Amino acid sequence: MRGDRAIAAVTDATFRLHRGECLALIGESGCGKSVLASALLGLLPGNARTEGHAWLGSGEADEARLDLLAADERTLSRTVRGRRIGLIPQSPAAHLTPVRTVRSQLRETLRELTGRRDGEEAAAERAAFPADHLDRHPHQLSGGLAQRAATALALVGDAPLLLADEPTTGLDRELVDRTVDELRRQVDRGHTLLMITHDLAAAGRIADRVAVMYAGRIVEIADAEAFFGEPGPRHPYARGLLDALPERAFTPIPGMPPELGDLPAGCAFAPRCPRAADACATVPPLADGVACHHPRSDRA
Amino acid sequence: MLELRGITAGYEPRRPVVRDASLTVAAGESVGLLGPSGCGKSTLARVAALLHRPDAGTVTLDGEPVRGWRHRAPREQRTAFGVVFQQPRMSADPRLRLHDLIAEPLRATGRRAEAPDRVRELAAATGLTADLLTRRPHEVSDGQLQRACLARALVLRPRWLVCDEMTAMLDASTTAALVAVVEDYRRETGAGLLAVGHDPVLLDRWCDRTVRWREVQEVQEAQQVQQVQASQKEALR
Repeated sequence: MRGDRAIAAVTDATFRLHRGECLALIGESGCGKSVLASALLGLLPGNARTEGHAWLGSGEADEARLDLLAADERTLSRTVRGRRIGLIPQSPAAHLTPVRTVRSQLRETLRELTGRRDGEEAAAERAAFPADHLDRHPHQLSGGLAQRAATALALVGDAPLLLADEPTTGLDRELVDRTVDELRRQVDRGHTLLMITHDLAAAGRIADRVAVMYAGRIVEIADAEAFFGEPGPRHPYARGLLDALPERAFTPIPGMPPELGDLPAGCAFAPRCPRAADACATVPPLADGVACHHPRSDRA
Repeated sequence: MLELRGITAGYEPRRPVVRDASLTVAAGESVGLLGPSGCGKSTLARVAALLHRPDAGTVTLDGEPVRGWRHRAPREQRTAFGVVFQQPRMSADPRLRLHDLIAEPLRATGRRAEAPDRVRELAAATGLTADLLTRRPHEVSDGQLQRACLARALVLRPRWLVCDEMTAMLDASTTAALVAVVEDYRRETGAGLLAVGHDPVLLDRWCDRTVRWREVQEVQEAQQVQQVQASQKEALR
């Protein structure tokens, strides 16, 4: 961004992720989804500032409660990343070390996180990565296999919380479905998953709940079944997103998302919203799962 | 009519990526080419757009056989195509402002004078604001850059559009918006379209007909079988 202004990439994001649940965070590119993920892992660039709290763990005996935003680098690197939160990255090709085989990367991760000097096959198996491909380098893998290698690495530390940042970008439909089903299996095994994605079909396939982000704010949180099925989304933006799908109306939302550095006053969606009214000059708070002055009531 | 017959193409000698593929797009028709990643569909699209010379096979463009690819194609044939690629960042010169990016084909063909009007028209059609037009690729989002790349593909008013996974990186709303721009252009000019992709739902909704990659290769096989059978009959006679 230009100049040295401070830009709020994410504002007032509040949500709770329950154990063994998958929450899909959806929104257009540039809406702040990935910034939120980086904030949770303490991976924001040095000039970034955060406010608020991100509590990890229930605080019960087996799970110390930790504020991820307040934790120092040492705590994050020694106890959180890989151990309590596993990251499944956006672009596995860029995430894997290009000059080392998958086996060597798994071995290093195993040694660091569990102290074991073997077990690469078992670790690969958990992400359905074929054992006979372990000695390959990342460039010798297809997109789907590279994704599984990255997932296998994220699962090594048995982190209860998995954070998947656009895990299906660039994959074809069939691979998206396979990747998503594999992630769902991890959830069914007791992992908690926060999946960040702009792929609505993938989100619909995997999520228990859905959070929709627009211009850095969460504008709707809903049960996935109600959101994708009946009665459907309540926020006009979320409804517009679903209507843009080729299997639905295939009509775009007019206009483009605003720049995070140049947000309109009041509701950021108002300039594109068919229902915008005077009330929209103020920012609507997230109440009852939706941040809108005139959400769709049950049958409008 | 855009006709590809028996195309074999690849990047290394004797290791073709596409073997014996055939595909026909009628004038004004929109055809979706559906296949999994890595199957060679992008290579076939590049052959169709005169960007990659095949090892074997013929391409016929509006009745005229294609004799040269890339810079060896006559300008009249080259500029008949507008192409949009999957990754806007890799197909945009990072030094150009979006305005110049869109106007580039006009400059390259000596029609610089048309640039201001044409860019204004296309910016409006693709939803790019005046402010965005002054920025360079690193200052805009993928979706905004792809809008500019689509505008660039339309700037010479091509008779044929080749969209290779144009929307694979984009969210649902931007996808619908770009497809609408392509369809408005086609309605206005009657241009034909070859849309390559891996999403059957999208291609079925977008195109007049969708061709599976398998069929592209099978057509030829079926013809070969017929030819073999015919020659066998001939031999038996």
